[in-house]
Amino acid sequence: MNRIKQKLQGDKKILSIYFTAGYPALNDTVKIIQDLEKSGVDLIEIGLPFSDPLADGPTIQSSSTAALKNGMTTTLLFEQLKDIRKSVSIPLILMGYFNPVLQYGVEAFCQKCEEIGIDGLILPDLPLDVYQEEYETIFKKHGLINVFLITPQTSDARIKAIDDASEGFIYMVSSASTTGAKEGFGTEQASYFERIAGMKLKNPQIVGFGISNAQTFQQATAQTKGAIIGSAFIKHLTQNGVDGISSFVGQIR
Amino acid sequence: MSYHADERGYYGEFGGAFIPEMLYPNCEELRQNYLQIMAEPSFQEEFHQLLKDYVGRPTPLYYAERLSKKYNTKIYLKREDLCHTGAHKVNNTIGQILMAKRLGKHRIIAETGAGQHGVATATVCALMGIECVVYMGEIDIARQAPNVARMKMLGAEVRPATSGSKTLKDATNEAIRDWINNPVDTHYIIGSVVGPHPYPDMVARFQSVISEEVKSQLLEKEGRENPDFVVACVGGGSNAAGAFYHFLDTPEVGIIAVEAAGKGIHSGESAATSALGKVGIIHGSKTLLMQTPDGQITEPYSISAGLDYPGVGPLHAHLYTSGRGEFISITDDEAMKAGLDLCKLEGIIPAIESSHALAIFKDRKFKENDVVVVNLSGRGDKDLQNYIDYFKL
Repeated sequence: MNRIKQKLQGDKKILSIYFTAGYPALNDTVKIIQDLEKSGVDLIEIGLPFSDPLADGPTIQSSSTAALKNGMTTTLLFEQLKDIRKSVSIPLILMGYFNPVLQYGVEAFCQKCEEIGIDGLILPDLPLDVYQEEYETIFKKHGLINVFLITPQTSDARIKAIDDASEGFIYMVSSASTTGAKEGFGTEQASYFERIAGMKLKNPQIVGFGISNAQTFQQATAQTKGAIIGSAFIKHLTQNGVDGISSFVGQIR
Repeated sequence: MSYHADERGYYGEFGGAFIPEMLYPNCEELRQNYLQIMAEPSFQEEFHQLLKDYVGRPTPLYYAERLSKKYNTKIYLKREDLCHTGAHKVNNTIGQILMAKRLGKHRIIAETGAGQHGVATATVCALMGIECVVYMGEIDIARQAPNVARMKMLGAEVRPATSGSKTLKDATNEAIRDWINNPVDTHYIIGSVVGPHPYPDMVARFQSVISEEVKSQLLEKEGRENPDFVVACVGGGSNAAGAFYHFLDTPEVGIIAVEAAGKGIHSGESAATSALGKVGIIHGSKTLLMQTPDGQITEPYSISAGLDYPGVGPLHAHLYTSGRGEFISITDDEAMKAGLDLCKLEGIIPAIESSHALAIFKDRKFKENDVVVVNLSGRGDKDLQNYIDYFKL
């Protein structure tokens, strides 16, 4: 069974952490993943840096720019990750924009993910219809779960379509924003969480955007399966480097 | 075979809407409404009234006698340089501001490179009394001070794009991010035939007034609607899309797209996307774009700020790969000389973008009786400093 599906089975709330591969230093990737697992994180999203990350706010943008400047490439990331399954057993997801995947070759990319032991992909600018028509078969052949996003603006009909197309979980973007734009939740989020909970979707939801500490983690997971922290962790890396990852994770839960 | 967009916004394999879910509702609202709104008689009436009374259309189709004599063919110039604000850009912004009003939007955002589209957007926002925010790369703000001042005088807020390479592509990213953060009340006026469906098709339709006029003007002057060739410069490709539009499915009309070779196609400082680009995704569209083997988008170069976009609209990618369009690239030097040539021969100072289109005649020969329409997309006022520096005037 895919590690993501397995992880989602229990009652435990999922803490997922995003970081940009190649940041702060080019070869930090493996250490960050290992330390996150040791600190009790349930799932990791490894960001493939892109020159034009249009859904991201300044924090993740600048980490991407720095990672590319450090020399990160798709090929190098795969090289860094080639032995990762010898030391890490939690689910690993690659997250990035579609163009670098397209240039690597979608089939070759998925093949490589399978060899390494990657469990899923999040490619926000690969639309649902294109995925289903052109790439679903390839993803499935290589045992990869494709994770789709929904936002407060997504219509019920589209959420149902996304739920039908999903396996694993749905990435629930907490507000209409780029990453790191807003901290915390207001009444808009409360009614959004309420609405989604009421839809009784077949896939669990994990909330992203706006989560940075224990309080927001608890709010986000009150009615959902888990939450994702991205920008706040990148900020931590910027300030502290790769030391103190466990204390960052420890203050979340 | 049709060279227009299909209903999902594809031109052959190019186009579509490769957008994150956060943008889906915005694009979907536009996609579901744009054709219907454009077809409404009241929309058409208001659009054409403004094009006539405010923009100054129809723009002349001018027979350039001395230029024709020099190159021994019949050259007509479509005078988009005489539009209000100095270029064809305003045709699209007039259309889109009327679209935004009908969609009930209260706030406009736009990206700009050299500032021409920013000025055209700020202009229509002033005309309609709508709030306007223009994103412009920090580097472009520094080198295009007069256009920044124009936008401010017109009441727009100019926000610097400080990410990435701090130029047009980053300004476009910032505008898209703004739209993600303001999905309900804001309309994004894209300035070219780029971006996710329905933008390439919508912008081409607004610019198609150019070729519509060419047809009737040519009928009057030459007794026929179709020229032998239409020539236009291509950055993102909006003036070219407008100039080609009504001839796309008429195979007897030759289509010539002119790209900026910068300092030479293989100099590493070029914007000739058809020659240097590969299929990929930029700003939500599948098209040809300049990128590293790893899929990172690279920064183009041209002396003309309006042509240095790392991609090309999906229509043009399709015209190139299908062979329907002939693609020629012109260096900075060739363009500057052709620009000065037009000044001396016809008394018209062209924009450097348009000078690229004019520069093809040196090497691309036409028959004596060929009727060649060149879209003179903009005037050269904005480029005076460049001309001064280049020719040491």
